[in-house]
Amino acid sequence: MRQTRAIELGTGLFVLLGFAALFFLITQITSREFGFGDAGYRLSASFEQVGGLKPGAPVSMSGVTIGRVESIAYDFNEYRARVTMRIDGAYDRIPDDSDAGILTAGLLGGQYVGIGPGSSETFFADGNQIQFTQSAIVLENLISKFLFSKAAEPPAEETTEESTP
Amino acid sequence: MLSAVTRDLLLSLRTALEALGAYALFFLRLVTETPRALWRFGLVVQQIHNAGAHSLVIIMMSGLFVGMVLGLQGFDLLERFGSEESLGTAAALGLLKELGPVVTALLFAGRAGTALASELGLMRATDQLAAMEMMAVDPVRRVVMPRFLGGVISMPLLAAIFSMIGLFGAQLVGVQLMGVDSGQFWSQMRGAVEFGDVMEGVLKSGVFGIACSLVAVYEGYHAVPTAEGVGRATTRTVVISSVVVLLLDYMLTAVML
Repeated sequence: MRQTRAIELGTGLFVLLGFAALFFLITQITSREFGFGDAGYRLSASFEQVGGLKPGAPVSMSGVTIGRVESIAYDFNEYRARVTMRIDGAYDRIPDDSDAGILTAGLLGGQYVGIGPGSSETFFADGNQIQFTQSAIVLENLISKFLFSKAAEPPAEETTEESTP
Repeated sequence: MLSAVTRDLLLSLRTALEALGAYALFFLRLVTETPRALWRFGLVVQQIHNAGAHSLVIIMMSGLFVGMVLGLQGFDLLERFGSEESLGTAAALGLLKELGPVVTALLFAGRAGTALASELGLMRATDQLAAMEMMAVDPVRRVVMPRFLGGVISMPLLAAIFSMIGLFGAQLVGVQLMGVDSGQFWSQMRGAVEFGDVMEGVLKSGVFGIACSLVAVYEGYHAVPTAEGVGRATTRTVVISSVVVLLLDYMLTAVML
């Protein structure tokens, strides 16, 4: 009897340790957040270009994460990308003329949605849409624009040479 | 001359197919017995203790050292690209998806699989299994099933413990020894590792648990009842388990990636 109980105790400790390890891996290592009760509210915004934004990316104000991107879909009514975000319930005083932009964390980091507060007296509520948006910057477009504007300029050195004699 | 070679080839092919068929039938038998065996959980608990709790020390030691090596090697490699902050991500994904399940399964085959096979083989050699049959006790039901289930239940838990300890080992070397920023280490890991990655590891170790336990109980139960036969069953357990685990690992990775 005593031996059986020792075995049961050892087994119980082993199983407990195993599940504790699993729980640690799921909650501490992953970015998954288990929302209990307060699920926050949804906001949406439409962008010309979302770049490399992915569902689960953070939504932040002044660098503080206030929510996550829930889904990204293409809207055929507007011919723009529609990004749906879930904002934490604690951040319920975002002015309704705030703007949203897709930004990049660091030089090689992932993309996130940054919200800049407006000055309105009324606040966003569940299901509202952010009107003022700024698209993600695509590096190729930036380079081609730069080259195009360079080509349009008159060549600087030749004009100086002609004017000197 | 040629016909003798082809005949030998065909014969060995036939033997291999027979062995595969015998394995499949035995596995089917074990699966159909599972609900009844779970009903007598006391026996299973005893085997979880034997297979799982007794493997704990070797699993934790190995996990720590594998994690520490991962920390060193990962740091050396990532430093060349100037991105040693990604060490946490690399260590976590490597441990969760590959090293945790695979190394645990290989250690399990060596520690618990051999114990199972030699125990069952000795029972066979000393006619204990035959004695049970004489008393109308089904040895598969009474002896094999609890051992099989004990192994299947223990494996995912052992793999989770291995991964967790390994991560601490990697953190120990990377952060404490090599000076990677602790916040970067954990936050980059959290950003990159997803719930599915953890579940992939659990699924893998579950499959490996079934495979290793099946090989051990099959080889032990069907051992030739001599001292040499028991020894051979034990050796075959380790060899077959290891090859099967690595083969299954490739197949599972290819499917899930």
